[in-house]
Amino acid sequence: MPKKVHVQTTINGEAVEYLCEPRQSLLEVLRDVLHLTGAKEGCNNGNCGACSVILDGRLVNSCLVLGAELEGKSLETIEGLAEPEQLHPIQDAFLENAALQCGICTPGFIMAAKALLDQNPNPTEHEIRYWLAGNLCRCTGYDKIVRAVQDAAQTTS
Amino acid sequence: MASWGRPENSRLIGKRVQRLSGADKATGKAKYTFDINRPGLLYGHILRSSVAHATITHIDLSAAEALPGVKAAIPLIEPGKRVRFEGQEIAAVAATTDDIARDALRLIQVDYDELDYVVDMEDAKEAGAPQIRDDWEGNQSEPRVDERGDLEAGFAEAAVEVEATYHAPVQTHVCLETHGNVAEWDGDNLTVWASTQAVFGTRQNLARHFELPENQVRVITEHMGGGFGSKFGPGVEGVTVAKLARITGAPVKLMLTRKDEHLVGGNRPSMTQTVRAGAAQDGRFVAYDMSGYGTGGIGSGAGFTGPYVYHVPNYRTEKSAVAINAGSARAMRAPGHPQGAFAMDSLMDELAEKLNIDPLEFRRINGDSDARRDRIRQAEYTLGAQEIGWHRRNRVPGSGTGVKKRGIGVGCGLWGGGGGPGTEARVTIHASGAVEATTGTQDIGTGIRTVIAMIVAEELGLRPQDITVKVGDTAPGLPSRGSGGSQTIGSVAPVIKTAAMAAKRKLFAHIAPMVEADPGNLRAVGGRIRTESDLRMSISWKEATGYLGMETISEGGEWDENLRVGDTAGVQFADVEVDTETGLVKVIKIVAVQDCGLVVNRLTTESQINGAVIMGLGYALLEERIMDDQTGKMINANLEDYKVPGTMEIPEIVSIAYDTDRKITGIGEPPTIPTAGAIANAVYNAIGVRIRELPITPDKVLNALG
Repeated sequence: MPKKVHVQTTINGEAVEYLCEPRQSLLEVLRDVLHLTGAKEGCNNGNCGACSVILDGRLVNSCLVLGAELEGKSLETIEGLAEPEQLHPIQDAFLENAALQCGICTPGFIMAAKALLDQNPNPTEHEIRYWLAGNLCRCTGYDKIVRAVQDAAQTTS
Repeated sequence: MASWGRPENSRLIGKRVQRLSGADKATGKAKYTFDINRPGLLYGHILRSSVAHATITHIDLSAAEALPGVKAAIPLIEPGKRVRFEGQEIAAVAATTDDIARDALRLIQVDYDELDYVVDMEDAKEAGAPQIRDDWEGNQSEPRVDERGDLEAGFAEAAVEVEATYHAPVQTHVCLETHGNVAEWDGDNLTVWASTQAVFGTRQNLARHFELPENQVRVITEHMGGGFGSKFGPGVEGVTVAKLARITGAPVKLMLTRKDEHLVGGNRPSMTQTVRAGAAQDGRFVAYDMSGYGTGGIGSGAGFTGPYVYHVPNYRTEKSAVAINAGSARAMRAPGHPQGAFAMDSLMDELAEKLNIDPLEFRRINGDSDARRDRIRQAEYTLGAQEIGWHRRNRVPGSGTGVKKRGIGVGCGLWGGGGGPGTEARVTIHASGAVEATTGTQDIGTGIRTVIAMIVAEELGLRPQDITVKVGDTAPGLPSRGSGGSQTIGSVAPVIKTAAMAAKRKLFAHIAPMVEADPGNLRAVGGRIRTESDLRMSISWKEATGYLGMETISEGGEWDENLRVGDTAGVQFADVEVDTETGLVKVIKIVAVQDCGLVVNRLTTESQINGAVIMGLGYALLEERIMDDQTGKMINANLEDYKVPGTMEIPEIVSIAYDTDRKITGIGEPPTIPTAGAIANAVYNAIGVRIRELPITPDKVLNALG
């Protein structure tokens, strides 16, 4: 068996160390090693966006990143978004707009939306749709998700 | 008699209430089956047939077993048996990591004696095609024939006739959470976390398989990531994971991969139907002669509706299923209806055009075969036509100018969804004031948790968030039906309502002597208990429940058929834009008018309609399982080549949740039915060329335009 890799990184603002196999994806590390199960596995090959996380400010599918690549980097996951007593405005907007049903795609959509609003606080509806095109949802019909992101943009900007 | 009361007296019913589990889902706290981690958890995977049709001659598990980290490797088929489709289960492993389990699959040696296969429905019908099912002669089932009226007399009366053939593809469910389970044994007690639409059905199936009494099997579904009809039992993977857990003495998680999901997770059968139909000069639909079939893969069923919705006095239909070497169909969101509706609504437009009657008028004339639905449907036509701007449609199809042509179309659907008996529930009031509502249903994403809380809160004068709702667990021993057929709310809500009424009565009886009131005079309003006649008597909910002391009130309910209704009608209108240079169809707007009986939660009802419309849009324009003749395999078993709609495809959706009476009904399925027909008719109205095959992809549009 290959030697495990020691990784020192920052996740949601906290210093984290872990051991992972060289071939383990970041998604596997998050879910199976660190037990952060907010990022979901929908396809495991970058097509559904359910595993979206923000790596050094960039939106990525964690199933397409290796766990070992996190060394020295900074990761944001859905678990770090809300304050203890206060949801993030994007989360609030998703609840108010009923932008979720079964909810399994929701963390991915929220992280994708955050990455968008971090770099473009006032996106047009077209920009929101274009940006979220890499996230799939089989329940909501997307309309309310787009509206939620529009609302969140108003609140945060 | 229990009733839902008048709308003006409802504080919560019919209002917009946020989903109770929303914060858990939006923060990543909600645990789906895929998220269950247990101490010492092993990971399971299934080796599947790489060929479409073969006799298995040998399976060698030894190299897999020898791989460090592998704890069990078991065969799932005996040598000498046939595999009949790509993806059929051959063996399974459990290992300490997911990667090792996948490595182990690659080390399993399987020898196939390959047989001829057939994955095309037309080829499968030919004499001499490879025989797929042992219980059929040939690959086509005995046709089912239905007749009514006098078909010849009908055609004799017809002024116009249409003959056409309509096709719809195989669609897969694409649940974002794949099928799967986590299984853990404690002696002879089995606990399974399941991604299922039926915790009790899954329990029964597992109990039977392992020859255990039901009470030694517990099935838990806290949250689940979509089912759409495909997740009713443990499946091969569920039984397998429980076996692996038993052999290894450790908890095992086995979730299907996305490819597995496409191959074995179920699908909506295809449809090919040829129809000859006639209408009289005055617009009456008088004759319908249809012959059709579909494929459910190796499965036996491929039914679809027809005639559908509209009244036709004379008809003959002949329907059958064709077996091919592909994964079996399963129930999928309104089984049989979307394919039947697409064909029927296309046909209605074709007949109307020949008669030179407005297609909507033609539908109005021919009504709905059911009187209640017809009354509702006629009103829905008016509402929807106004909202879409029906007058804007092209009088002459295809007469718009320019490269991008707009068109408007209409489609219809109907569904049962009234629910039924068999659910048990309890509403419990504690002395602390805490209230629990418990039943064995499961929240498959539709929001039944929130609906239960709303109903109990309405009855007890509390807020929905004051109610702790416990669903998705067999342990309390309160059975409920599977969440299918849009039956959940109609089955559960009446029982919850009557249980809450019973609990309230009991509480009133208990506290009446303490507050010197007649229990019949007490009311629960705004978090307080007060008397109807004497407004001075008003105590808080907690003061009231405090009188219970050491007692707890826990009351069951009864299903009351007067609290629910079935047989709903839906109408949808589509406004599309077709690019005549690229062939791309863009849906601009969908108006969905859906008979919802009594709307309980308007917020989540709208979401249900939106989501159903989008699944219908995918069916109309994008989705299709593609089987390869050269290999016998599905060539788009992923989410890159199997296209489901995304944000860029989404039109403006106006969902009109139409309150038709004060009874509850389920609407998870009905709004997905009319969409494809409405879009197909709108495309025709835009370009003036009829496309009779779904999905309406750019190549088909360009070919049609010539």
